[in-house]
Amino acid sequence: MAENDNKFTLKIITPDRTFYEDEVSMVEFNTVEGEVGIFKQHIPMTMIISPGILTITSDGDIKEAALHAGFAEVLPDKVTILAEIIEWPAEIDLNRAQEAKGRAEERIRENAPGTDMKRAEMSLRRAVARIEAVK
Amino acid sequence: MASMRDIKRRRGSIQSTQQITKAMKLVSTVKLQRAKQRAEQSKAYFNCMYETVTSMLAKAGNLNHPYLRGGESSKKAVIVITSNRGLAGGYNSNIVKLITKGDLKKEDLRIYAIGKKGRDALNRYGYEVVNEDYSGIIEEPLYVDAMALSSKILEAYTNGEFGEIYLAYTGFKNTVVHEPTLLKLLPVEPEKKEADTAQKESKALMNFEPEDDEALELIIPKYVTSLIYGGLIEAVASENGARMQAMDSATSNAEEMIDHLSLMYNRARQGSITQELTEIIAGANAIS
Repeated sequence: MAENDNKFTLKIITPDRTFYEDEVSMVEFNTVEGEVGIFKQHIPMTMIISPGILTITSDGDIKEAALHAGFAEVLPDKVTILAEIIEWPAEIDLNRAQEAKGRAEERIRENAPGTDMKRAEMSLRRAVARIEAVK
Repeated sequence: MASMRDIKRRRGSIQSTQQITKAMKLVSTVKLQRAKQRAEQSKAYFNCMYETVTSMLAKAGNLNHPYLRGGESSKKAVIVITSNRGLAGGYNSNIVKLITKGDLKKEDLRIYAIGKKGRDALNRYGYEVVNEDYSGIIEEPLYVDAMALSSKILEAYTNGEFGEIYLAYTGFKNTVVHEPTLLKLLPVEPEKKEADTAQKESKALMNFEPEDDEALELIIPKYVTSLIYGGLIEAVASENGARMQAMDSATSNAEEMIDHLSLMYNRARQGSITQELTEIIAGANAIS
């Protein structure tokens, strides 16, 4: 099976369901260390996810989802993503994401004492990831 | 002997109670099915989470991180998961007993109570219960609820407010067996099982990005959150299982009482007919 040579199993699970499970050729997502793209035969590694777009490539077919938190366990022929929050573009409420983005930007700009900057930044990044995923 | 009317009234009231318990049983059966399904769907996540964390700890076994070492404070936080409503047999009191009769000292504990029943009971016993209302969570446990709670508790833990964190919940073994469980969340104690060694060795090749201690810092909160969420989901399933059982036995008890009262009623009815007959015959005899 020549066409299957470069494929590996991708499994994405959330606390509530198995979000995705299939053979894919590449997966890309954001980690706390930066963006990564994973092919088959990657060295075993556990990575922490930061908010961003998850791109699944399989036979030229590209799927995107907004992935917000969790971690990924990478093995040579299998990738398991334990996602705390993940959404398909169809599940995203664009208006709400834009509102959230506005709110977070506001909070960061004002920088009032007592503002949890880290939290504001995280919510901004989540909102941006959602908006990106819908586009 | 009670009069016929009294017996009849009593039987009627038991019959309507039985109807209520029967309906409650049906409702909790349906809810149990849903809760069980949810528990099964989330199982994959927790197993994977558990494996990752144990393999991490096996590798990073001698790290001196507060999450592994435990705080200096003798205070212990306990998250107690009970239900908001009663009529579930021993479900709530078993959890409360787990706390009151356990090895933990009363003065050391700070209770984070999810569910009204446990909160009220522990308040009555004079425990230090955090004055916040988490009772809404148990109605429909969501992952974000568990996240909010765990981040709050972990913050207090890192600030040194308490040295250990426990979770008290009812584990769901199967529909009829529920086990009150006290689980230590933090500090994490790496389990040392011989059977796992082979698996651990294969996982020991695992790399971490970022480095071990940083990754630990990020993964442990997720681990705690998932344990809390798992506890919540199992507790909901157990609650409905316990209620189903309690209502089932209440219904059959009512059935028994109704049978007994029917017998008494018929006997009383017969007695009164016999008495009437004797009176009529005696009257007829007196005339003739």
